[in-house]
Amino acid sequence: MRMLTRKLVRDVVGQAGPLAAVAMVAASGIALYISLRSMRGFLARSQADYYRDYRFADVFVQVKRAPAAAAREAAAIPGVRVAEPRLLWEAVLDVPGLAEPAVGRFVSIPPAGEPRLNVPHVRVGRMPAPGTGREVAISEAFAEANGLGPGDSLGAVLNGRWERLHVVGVAISPEYIYEMQGTELFPDNRRFGIVWTPRALLASATGLETGFNALAVELAPGASEPDVIAALDRLLGRYGTLGAYGRSEHASHRFISDEIEQNKVGAVILPGILLGVTAFLLNVVLSRLVATQRAQIAVLKAFGFTNAEVGRHYLALALAPVAAGGAVGVPLGFQLASATAAIYARYYRFPVSEVRPDWGVAAAACLIAATAAVVGAALSVRAAVSLPPAEGMRPPAPARFEAGLLDRLGAQRLLAPSTRIVVRNTARRPLRAAAAVAGIALAFAMLVVARYAFTAVDRIKDVQFQYAQREDVSVTFREASPRRVVDALARLPGVLAVEPLRVVPVALRHGVIERRTALLALPAGSELHRVVDQDLHVHRVPSSGLLLTSKLAEVLRVAPGDSLTVAVREGDRRTVRVAVADTVGELLGANVYGDLAFVEAMTGESGAISGALLSVDPRREGALYVTLKRQPALVGVGIRSAALAGFEKTIADSFQVSLGIAVIFAVVIAFGVVYNGARVALSERARELASLRVLGFTKREVTTMVFGEQTLLTVVGMLAGAGIGYALCAWVAAVGNTELFRIPLVVTAGAYLYAAAVIAGAFGVSALAMRGRIRALDIVACLKTGE
Amino acid sequence: MATTLFHARGLTKTYHMGDVEVHALQGVDLDLVEGEVVIILGPSGSGKSTLLNILGGLDAPSGGEVNFRDHQLVGAGDAALTRYRREHVGFVFQFYNLLPSLTARENVALVTEIAPRPMPPDDALRLVGLGERLAHFPSQMSGGEQQRVAIARAIAKRPDVLLCDEPTGALDSETGVVVLQALARANRELGTTLVVITHNATIAQMGDRVLHMRNGRIASIETNAVRRDPAQLEW
Ligand SMILES: Nc1ncnc2c1ncn2[C@@H]1O[C@H](COP(=O)(O)OP(=O)(O)OP(=O)(O)O)[C@@H](O)[C@H]1O
Ligand SMILES: [Mg+2]
Repeated sequence: MRMLTRKLVRDVVGQAGPLAAVAMVAASGIALYISLRSMRGFLARSQADYYRDYRFADVFVQVKRAPAAAAREAAAIPGVRVAEPRLLWEAVLDVPGLAEPAVGRFVSIPPAGEPRLNVPHVRVGRMPAPGTGREVAISEAFAEANGLGPGDSLGAVLNGRWERLHVVGVAISPEYIYEMQGTELFPDNRRFGIVWTPRALLASATGLETGFNALAVELAPGASEPDVIAALDRLLGRYGTLGAYGRSEHASHRFISDEIEQNKVGAVILPGILLGVTAFLLNVVLSRLVATQRAQIAVLKAFGFTNAEVGRHYLALALAPVAAGGAVGVPLGFQLASATAAIYARYYRFPVSEVRPDWGVAAAACLIAATAAVVGAALSVRAAVSLPPAEGMRPPAPARFEAGLLDRLGAQRLLAPSTRIVVRNTARRPLRAAAAVAGIALAFAMLVVARYAFTAVDRIKDVQFQYAQREDVSVTFREASPRRVVDALARLPGVLAVEPLRVVPVALRHGVIERRTALLALPAGSELHRVVDQDLHVHRVPSSGLLLTSKLAEVLRVAPGDSLTVAVREGDRRTVRVAVADTVGELLGANVYGDLAFVEAMTGESGAISGALLSVDPRREGALYVTLKRQPALVGVGIRSAALAGFEKTIADSFQVSLGIAVIFAVVIAFGVVYNGARVALSERARELASLRVLGFTKREVTTMVFGEQTLLTVVGMLAGAGIGYALCAWVAAVGNTELFRIPLVVTAGAYLYAAAVIAGAFGVSALAMRGRIRALDIVACLKTGE
Repeated sequence: MATTLFHARGLTKTYHMGDVEVHALQGVDLDLVEGEVVIILGPSGSGKSTLLNILGGLDAPSGGEVNFRDHQLVGAGDAALTRYRREHVGFVFQFYNLLPSLTARENVALVTEIAPRPMPPDDALRLVGLGERLAHFPSQMSGGEQQRVAIARAIAKRPDVLLCDEPTGALDSETGVVVLQALARANRELGTTLVVITHNATIAQMGDRVLHMRNGRIASIETNAVRRDPAQLEW
């Protein structure tokens, strides 16, 4: 058996190239599996721990103003364990070093001690001292984006007065893992942050010395969330509730949960592809090894080695590259997991953002890779074992070739002999050819999808920031304001045009289905905000009836012509039936639009607007910002260029990484398939190639012939990959069709060209790597002996 | 007056196997003239194949010089040697080395495509008596038939010299005779110089000259008064 081990080592060394390629692919698969699986585990675990340790509330509700007694009544609702009243307040912030105005969401902390729910975790400094000071703690993302820390100060218009707030701490909270301003679509941490302040500071601003305007509720184990929500809505109806909602409608919770869900999909598909390719490559390498070692196997068996011993020997050979792949892939996977976690940690902030190596996942990855290897090797090993010794020692008959379909059709006359060699060799091993085609196809498809993601996001960006949002600055008023505010805004420095808008909190009902949302009322012929579908067509807001995002219509099961029940959550809180005039295939959000005049009639409240869109002279925007920073009437200021920059940064960070990973793995696969195919072709047919050299074919010609086969397979693989890629893109678009956003199916020629270029590059590299081997082919040695 | 085809002087070939030096050739002088048939005999390991490979441009000598007509083979680069093989040399080996993925005709056509003045593949196959088996793959032919395809492939380019290393080594005597007849016919009808390595002294009778090799040297050269037709040979 010692000699067999020695043979194993020699075989591994002799096949170092192909086995290294297998190891490389196995390492990629293992690394990817580990990183994706740990990421999923990491995110899910962090989320669960965080929610538990810092008591993330189960139900949330905001009201206009409610007395303290209402909180006690809420706490008495069956199923409610804790109902914590608090004050929420939004105001424009003046951040040192930031030209544009920012927006702060102020969250009160109780006069005595810590909040019981949604407990902030202090990262630096401390929470503000209770009392009447001007101390605040700010959220970490906001602090980092603006370079703020304890000792710095912020300006805010809080009680109708300019206040200087002193930052004493930086904190994070389970409630704002993902911090987003109400109307924005992506986080912009420079311009939006959470500000924890003593209750006293907000009491005068809100005019609520004792009452509250928000409630966080923790449910008792086993309590029914819908029942509690219904009870809260009944209880708080007369205090101007916007409707209670559970975690499923909590923006931060939803984003991070979606992210974890997406990881689950990726954790299966990508490593699956890579491990499948590993199995394929091993099969190729081993089947050729067994073919060339017929005589050796026969001798081993003639000497009395059992089938099991011979089989084990070749299985060990299959597992060697997996072991090497594991040795590289496991640490690489952990590394990758840490890197990915670091990226996530920038968006979702967890108290612990350290990835502990999960050896269980690593073991699973190696086990799966080993299984793939054994499956890939099984056929060849069986062939090795079942070879009768006598047969093995006879030289094998020349490989069997027969006239194929092409020949019968007479097509071979059209092909040069060298081309025929390529075609016949490929056709002789249809399974291997199919597997190679599949490998290339998957690599190609991966690249198409990676590229497609960029195009799709670009489309979203175009629709949102070029076609739909055309204002430079949007402002949201604290209170509904008279329409003449528009004239006042128009007189502000740099303002070229102003359009009013009104946002009405509503609940839309159709049958038993209900959605809480905000109805956006736009003046007829609005130029600064347009409704645009995914094909860049502008939809007019109907003068009567509502315009719904198609997705929202789908969720509510309504079509144009149907009518909806609209429960208005402000003013006299009336409930009306309104017709659905039209739907629009928008990419972002689940929105509902109405004409301003129509909405005024519908709500019975006219002349009031809740915000405005401004077109601004870029040369004077600085002056405008300075003015806006001091406006107590504003709770929100949106700046389109800043939002666009935030969007691009978010996308750039997260997509660059995944695109990079996809490209690396696609290259590894393509290289592995092509290089191995050529290596195997070379060693299987060394004799044939040496003959060609003797006959006077140049090295270049012989190289071309070896790569002819690979070229054929690669081209077919790319064609198949184009189809698979498109299907995958369609699948991504289908999976991405959520109420939050839709992914447009825009697969451009550029995506295919990109994929083709990368695969061709990988092909070129493997061709270069092989060229040396073909050049070094020892003609005399190849021809000296029988097969 | 016959012209000299090969002119070799002081050929040596040394293989270094770690510390051991194997002297495969230790000073071979040789002249071959156009159109002659030369048989090389000698014990195993005496350097026959080494000499043939050097003449055919498959291998380079460690010392000495070889000229093919007025081409220097020593020191010629790979590209030049490839062109030399392509244009002037036909090889036949003990193992036929056909391309299993090509039919008989295609194996021959492979060469005629790259040779400067080839004969039609079918003619070459007829010369070796295989006019009927054009569309067969190597796996569908006997060893002798495969060897004749290899010969057809070698002569189809109308080479100046056919270098044959134990062409009948794997064949029975009857089949061997058929193969040798094919070689003799090429020599007769095309005027191709023929060099044949064999372990079979009987075959030596078909040559104009017989070279006896021993220990990397040409021990003796005998000249046959008459050249026997392979059909008259038997072993
Ligand atoms: N690649 C090589 N490396 C080392 N030694 C070699 C190599 N090729 C040949 N030799 C040695 O050179 C010597 C001559 O070999 P060659 O093949 O020319 O013999 P030969 O006369 O053709 O023998 P045979 O009749 O057995 O074919 C032998 O001793 C052989 O061992
Ligand atoms: Mg020899």
